[in-house]
Amino acid sequence: MMDTLLESVRGIGRRTVDRVWRMGVAAHFFLLVLLHSGTSFRRFHLIVREIFTAGVLSLIIILVSGLFVGMVLGLQGYETLQTYGSEEALGVLVSLSLVRELGPVVAALLFASRAGSAITAEIGLMKATEQIAAMEMMAVDPIARVIAPRFWGAVISMPLLAALFSAMGVLGGYLVGVVLIGVDEGSFWSQMQAAVDFKEDILNGVIKSVVFGIAVTIIALFEGYDAPPTAEGVSRATTRTVVTSSLAILGLDFVLTAFMFRGV
Amino acid sequence: MSDNFIEIRDLSFTYGQRMVLKGINLTAHRGQVIAIMGNSGCGKTTLLRLMGGALKPSSGNLLVDGIDMGLLDQDGLYQLRRRMGMLFQFGALFTDMSVFENVAFQLREHTDLPEEMIRDLVFMKLNAVGLRGAHDLMPSELSGGMARRVALARSIALDPMLILYDEPFAGLDPISLGVTGNLIRRLTDTLGMTSIVVTHDVQESLKMVDYVYFVSEGVIEAQGTPAEIKASHLPYVHQFVHGEENGPVPFHYPASSYAEDLGLPA
Repeated sequence: MMDTLLESVRGIGRRTVDRVWRMGVAAHFFLLVLLHSGTSFRRFHLIVREIFTAGVLSLIIILVSGLFVGMVLGLQGYETLQTYGSEEALGVLVSLSLVRELGPVVAALLFASRAGSAITAEIGLMKATEQIAAMEMMAVDPIARVIAPRFWGAVISMPLLAALFSAMGVLGGYLVGVVLIGVDEGSFWSQMQAAVDFKEDILNGVIKSVVFGIAVTIIALFEGYDAPPTAEGVSRATTRTVVTSSLAILGLDFVLTAFMFRGV
Repeated sequence: MSDNFIEIRDLSFTYGQRMVLKGINLTAHRGQVIAIMGNSGCGKTTLLRLMGGALKPSSGNLLVDGIDMGLLDQDGLYQLRRRMGMLFQFGALFTDMSVFENVAFQLREHTDLPEEMIRDLVFMKLNAVGLRGAHDLMPSELSGGMARRVALARSIALDPMLILYDEPFAGLDPISLGVTGNLIRRLTDTLGMTSIVVTHDVQESLKMVDYVYFVSEGVIEAQGTPAEIKASHLPYVHQFVHGEENGPVPFHYPASSYAEDLGLPA
């Protein structure tokens, strides 16, 4: 009895120490990526390629989802606002929810499952097929050649994708609210213009998406780089990327929101 | 300059609690093809990784071209590795690059050569392995033997002094096997480099190597020229060369008594 109790306490301790240890390794990895970023900026074509694979190839899912989220916001917002007779404020509701929250958060969640998982799988497979080891044997540092360009490619793409997501969402809200339901077009746009502040709303949204971009990408890269070089290891790492980065996005969003919008 | 390109003295390597290599002594002269043989898990790949600097010896010395690998820092190691090539078991070609780009990789990373010169060099290397015509294929379009040859072309891109081969014959058909064996011999002779081949393909390697080391359970069990190895009466070498089922390396994994496992009275 005492033994099983002790064993379970030890188990908890061991798992906690393992997690903390892994976080330390990940932090060290993050530092290494930053240290080796200079080389990839000198050879910008490497980053451009990664912007294409992480950013451009995620466009479809981001644009379509943005449009639908905006359309749903238009429908739901109209339903609620009309009870108070203020359906002209639909533009404000749609745009503020998108630029402040839904744009950065949903775009980052989609990015984690589309681009993040792909990054983990790619790096994990490069490791499993000894491509990373081959690169080291050729005296080329894989952090500088493979990891850092992917990091910057994804971090640059993320805010652009979030901005496009929000833009498509506003368009979706407009289509449903103005074109379909018939909210007054002039007040839809003018109230939106008056209510959305560049610094307070848009800039904060951009900051959020940059932070989410860094979090998602470093998680995806680390999981791939740290994955056991087997089929099972890579598949587990891919799952962990999506789960961990989704949790990180939502947790960070709360923290950032608490700092940015304190009911001011 | 000493004639010994690789010199290993009393090298031991421990992984966790397990002693993988014990008191290894090995010498490779310039221009030689050396084979390291042994059954799976005997530590021969570990020995190769030590020579490539991917692992550090726990004790003893490992000199490559007079430089002690155990004392090198990252920069020194990368400097030395520019004069080394390694052929991985399945080629380890970069799957997102064409054959041409794979061979050009080190030239682009380590030199500032103009594009025309890189092109000429890549075609020369690909011609040496007979695959100039395949330069614009992707690795996924190559057969196993072709991938191995492209990887060989890639590893000689910077004209290294030493090439390490990890199981170059694994999973190849008889024709590709012969082609790869001949290529290793011919490239070593024409480029004047040293080749270390880790393999368990006895017949193919005894045809082309100069000297053989047999590793068993972390120690060098036997060594000699191919002729000496073929004539050897050491039980382990005999079992290995002739592929016998039983000998010093038993067929059965250590187990309790068979009768006991079947629940029979003793």
